[in-house]
Parts: sequence; structure tokens; C-alpha cells
Amino acid sequence: MTLRESGAVTGVGETTYLRGTDRTALSLQLEASLNAIRDAGLKPSDIDGLIPYGHGAVAEDFITNFGIRDLRFSATTPMGGASAVASIQCALAVIEAGICNHVLLSLGRTGYSGGRIGTRVQQMPQFKLIGEFEMPLGAIAPAQLYAPMARRHMELYGTTSRQLAEIAVTTRYHASLQSNATMRNPITIEDHQASRMISDPLRLLDCSLESDGGAAVVISAPDHARDMAKRPVMVMGVAEGHPDSPSAITQRPDLTTLGLAKAAPKAFAMAGVERGDIDVAEVYDCFTYIVMCQLEDLGFCKKGEGGAFVENGALGLNGRLPVNTHGGLLSQAHMAGMNHIVELVRQLRGEAAAQVPDAEIGLVTGYGDMGDGSIAIMRRG
Amino acid sequence: MVYEKLVPSPSPETQPYWGGLNARKLRLQRCADCGKIRHYPRPMCDACWSMNVAWVDAAGTGTVHSWTVTHYAFHPGFKGDLPYVLLTVDLPEGVRMNAQARGIDASALRVGLPVKVGFETVKEGLTLPVFEAA
Repeated sequence: MTLRESGAVTGVGETTYLRGTDRTALSLQLEASLNAIRDAGLKPSDIDGLIPYGHGAVAEDFITNFGIRDLRFSATTPMGGASAVASIQCALAVIEAGICNHVLLSLGRTGYSGGRIGTRVQQMPQFKLIGEFEMPLGAIAPAQLYAPMARRHMELYGTTSRQLAEIAVTTRYHASLQSNATMRNPITIEDHQASRMISDPLRLLDCSLESDGGAAVVISAPDHARDMAKRPVMVMGVAEGHPDSPSAITQRPDLTTLGLAKAAPKAFAMAGVERGDIDVAEVYDCFTYIVMCQLEDLGFCKKGEGGAFVENGALGLNGRLPVNTHGGLLSQAHMAGMNHIVELVRQLRGEAAAQVPDAEIGLVTGYGDMGDGSIAIMRRG
Repeated sequence: MVYEKLVPSPSPETQPYWGGLNARKLRLQRCADCGKIRHYPRPMCDACWSMNVAWVDAAGTGTVHSWTVTHYAFHPGFKGDLPYVLLTVDLPEGVRMNAQARGIDASALRVGLPVKVGFETVKEGLTLPVFEAA
């Protein structure tokens, strides 16, 4: 058995993305969810499965607000920023098993107005080991914990900060084409190089945003998906991958390889497509380096060649692999990658703000915690 | 003076590590059955699944595997330390550890740079490891 085409994305929704709000995360999550459900042509009470992003709304919130009478499944996929895409695999599994017809994946957060990143991380149970053995030494935030991966890549392969800048510049340009992005002023490589150092080699413009908003996706059984409001987007391949030493990057045998390296071959095999078949890729971008490393782990280039791969606007709309066409976490909003799924679906429907012409097949990845990975490959239905 | 940085909450399983630092020793867990050394301290050996633990004194030497120089305080307690160097170090025992550098200029950092462990007692009952030039 395989989950190939066991489900289709039938609805996507977002709130307006903000840097500053007095609304609650729950209210933002419900608004985005309602938008996704309406996009699918459903009523909230039609939802029979829920996979909300962790640390947010729980099943009870949806049952209470949506008036769901017979919820058949709820779960979370606790993989940090890899959760949203990993929950696609979970949704397909419960649909294939006959438990659910319409599964809602959703996220709402006040990442700008609520708890900031530095204070959030130490309270997360998956960070227990580094909470005891690294945070007291001053290694606290993701920028600091991930920077040694980027530094190691630079020392081994000659990767440069200017190559990372290419990712920031292209992503910002894509955000400039959106009506719903929080950072829309184009930047240059020189702007990136002049931005202040956060944790060397990561500069401010290598880092993603802290944002307020919500995003949501509806995944439906194929039998239902054919007769819904929008043309379905079929899920061809899905997988999640956990890196070696998932609790502490310090102890990872190869600092330059992520969990995605284990997931990607499985997803491509399930989908039955090759790298060259991918028209557009929405790649989790908490930091520029993480995008480059994932492009290697996805197999678009060899390990160590990511820096050269991203040069000269290669990730732009007319480049060799259009990446993060919505502006990503770096420039649209930090919606923990739920916005990446939304964007891939819009690209494959042909309704994106910065549309890749004739996009038929695309992929979306997630990256989270200390290197967890997830991937989904989709096609126009 | 009040200590404003994050502090560890040792468990019975990790207390020997912290106690070792207070005695100015770097101690590592060794599986009492198959002998595999592991770090950070945890209940089970991932090679043979034994929960029998011995503790060994590390040589206290190592080489730089990677690093970062932090210029932004993600916690207010570290504001006065900026900028500070965090080293990822390969120990000859086959595991790595993370600690701040002392007396090593950031421009001198390279993969393979030899370092040795030092000890800083930052408050009563809490000693943290650091790395110094070997």
C-alpha cells in the first residue's frame, strides 16, 4: 500500500499577515481555517479530522467554534517547522484508512505580538537536552544553534555569505509581488551584507520574521475532491524524516545533513517523478542556509554545491528552480510553513500572485526543531 | 550579585556530570555493559540498550568542529557577554560538546584547532565548562 494520491488539497486560506495585532492566536487560526473551508466549498461542520499545529488551538476549540458534531480524528505532528507538511502525511493516512473525508490542517500565532522566540524555545519539551546542557552556556535561540551547521558547510565547501544573500534577495523580490506579505521592499546583496550580524555567519537578513496571522489547508478524500469548489491538487508523495541526533545538533555525525535527506528519496519514489519534473518548490526558510542545505538534501545538487546552485537568481520565477514564490518565512510571514503549502496549491491551481507559468508539479518542505524534515510532492488535478 | 543567566535543572541521571564540573572534572557517561561513551547524559545506551551507567573522566582535550560568534542577546542575562564565541568541539572520546571560548580570537578559529577544557564557577554550586587554547 502507498499513500500516493490518497488525498487532495481542496481548500487553502490565510489571514492578513501582520507585525502587530491585538487579536488572539485562536481568533486568527479560526479565521484562516474558515477561509480554507470556504475555499473548498465546505461548511465548518463538514470537517471530520483535525491536525492543528502544536502549541496552539486544540480539537476542543474547533468543535466548540465550528459546531462539529462528529469529529473522528485529531492529532498533532510535533516536528516544529516540519509539522505542517508532516501533517499532510498524517491526513492522507487517516483518509486512506477510511476514518475521515475532510481533514483540516491549521495554524494561528501571535509570533510578533505574543511570546518572542528567545523565550519560547526553552519551554519546549523536545529541547530538554539542550535546555540543560547548551542553553546555560548561551546557546539559546535557533539562530545560534543552527549557525554552526552553516559555518561547517562554509569551512568544508567554501560556501559564502553572499551566496546565502542570493536566497534572501530572491525571496524578498517574490514578497514584493504579493499583496499579503509583511516585507515588500526589495533588497540587494549589498543590503544583506550590510545587515547586522546576529550569530555568525547568520546576519539579520538571513533570519525569518516573527509574525502574527493564520494559515490553513483542507485535505479531502479523492472521491470528494473531484466535485468541490476548486480544481483539486493531488498529493503524489509524502514523507517525514528525522535526523541523526535529533535532540542536539552538536552531536550529529554530519552537521550538514538534515532529516529531509531521509524523507526526500521516499517522497520522490512514491510520487514517481524526478527532480527535473519539479516546476516550483516551496522550501522551508527559517534561515537562508536551511534553504540551501535542503536543496542539497532534496537532490537538486550534490552536498556542498548548494552555494553555487542558488547563485545568479537561480531561485527566481524565471530561474532554474523557482523557490518560495510567496516570499516565505523570510519576507512574507512566519506561519511555520503552512503558508508554503498554501502557496504551492495556488501555484498548481494557476492562481498565485507571482505565478510560475504552467506549473504542473511542485513540492513543499518543512524543517523544524533540531533538523526534522518533511516533504510533499503535488500535481495539478 | 544575582546570577541572571539560564541555569540547568539537573536530574538524578545528570547530576554526576554537573557534580564533576564543580570538582573541575569533565565526566562522560560510559555504558557499563558495552562500553560506548555517550553525551549528553541520558538513561539508555543506543548501541545495546543497557541502562547501566559508569562515569569516566574525559581527557579534557579536543579540536574545533564548528563555531558561531553571537552578537545578539537572545536572553537578557547574556547581554554583557556580547560578542561571545560558542565552539562545537570533537572530544577524543568520540563525542562532542558545546561551550564558550575563552582567550581565543574569533579570527583564529578554524576546523581542527586544538582546545582544552576549562572550568568557571559562575555561582554557588554551578560550574560551567569553557574551551581555552591548547
